[in-house]
Amino acid sequence: MKWILITTLLFLSACSQHTRPSLYQQLGGDAGISLITDALLNEIANDERIVHHFADTDIERFRRLLAEQLCQLTGGPCIYSGGTMQDSHKGFNITLANYDALVENLTKVMQRQNISISAQNQLLALLAPMYKDISYR
Amino acid sequence: MKIMILLAAVILVFSPKSMANSKIIATGGTSSIEGSAGGGIVPWAVINGYASSDEWAVTSFISVVGVDDFTLNTFGASLTYDNNWEWSIARQTLKLDSLGGELGQDIFGVKYHIAGELLYTALPQISLGIQYKKHRDFALPKAVGARDDSGVDFYLSATKLLFNQIAGRNLLLNATARATKANQTGLLGFGSETNNNYQLMLEGSAALLLNYNVAIGVEFKQKPNKLSFADEQHWRDVFIAWFINKHVSVTAGYVDLGSIAGFNNQQGYYLSIEGAW
Repeated sequence: MKWILITTLLFLSACSQHTRPSLYQQLGGDAGISLITDALLNEIANDERIVHHFADTDIERFRRLLAEQLCQLTGGPCIYSGGTMQDSHKGFNITLANYDALVENLTKVMQRQNISISAQNQLLALLAPMYKDISYR
Repeated sequence: MKIMILLAAVILVFSPKSMANSKIIATGGTSSIEGSAGGGIVPWAVINGYASSDEWAVTSFISVVGVDDFTLNTFGASLTYDNNWEWSIARQTLKLDSLGGELGQDIFGVKYHIAGELLYTALPQISLGIQYKKHRDFALPKAVGARDDSGVDFYLSATKLLFNQIAGRNLLLNATARATKANQTGLLGFGSETNNNYQLMLEGSAALLLNYNVAIGVEFKQKPNKLSFADEQHWRDVFIAWFINKHVSVTAGYVDLGSIAGFNNQQGYYLSIEGAW
């Protein structure tokens, strides 16, 4: 019993010594983030709960900035060149329901692309706290 | 004319937009045996169903707890608004399988979400709730020393979902403090001849979301022990909940209700099905 415990502990500590791939790598790098970004834009375009917020958006620019942001946020080699979350959502009055809708769309996309549960949840952990900067501006 | 206006108002309130069910799946929890959203036996700070801001939702459920000498059947419903308000009703019938006969109570609940967002803020989601409970067959509880056939529970719940905690899975933690006079949650009435004080009880739940649709968890519910004729003990359970989609969820569990009315070691199953619109 003791031996099993010790071996397990050794095994676990050996695992944690390994440098884990960054979330950026887990999501498939630049290509993976492009896929997520495009699919998410597609979901938004078909979601009547939130599509109106994008009526005056330059979609090409939005797409580039979102991919940049996801890349930087997940530890990729990019620098986000857009404005702060507070500034870029000013006047939109993004509600809790809007935010929920966007998160739901993202989870749909990630499931469809067979991203591991762990990577999905790591990304959600990074995005969820942005709620306070994005909502009700 | 009046009816037309009323109808128009109802249609307006329950328009497709206001019934959009925008919340993320599983974040409404399930209907507890008291009708409030939570786990099986503990109310959580989450609001039942999938109404996000400015949306309405309706849920209904039916559940059964079967232990050695008792069976508790419950059905109920809730109306929720804005992810802030929850109005619930539940009817419980406790079959005394060994003694013969049955007891029952009705529970009217109101919950108000005061702070935090389950998924999005560092602060846990915090809600205040009250449950008015009214016994339907008070003769037996009275005979064993219960003082009142009705009572009001007050509770404060804090619930938080933590992302990527165990094997990459999300972990939900809940703590609830409840002020109550109830004996066996009210099924044996409220207070006793010698003790009519409110007592502060702690309840807790932890659930691991294996994916977006399936959660496994444990719960603990501290209970008072006011009646002298028989010991009352704390409750605990383990459960698995399957949120099939945003309209149907099924929960199964194993419960340990301790001693009830002199019958010791009451253990058994818990099954619940909830519908949401």
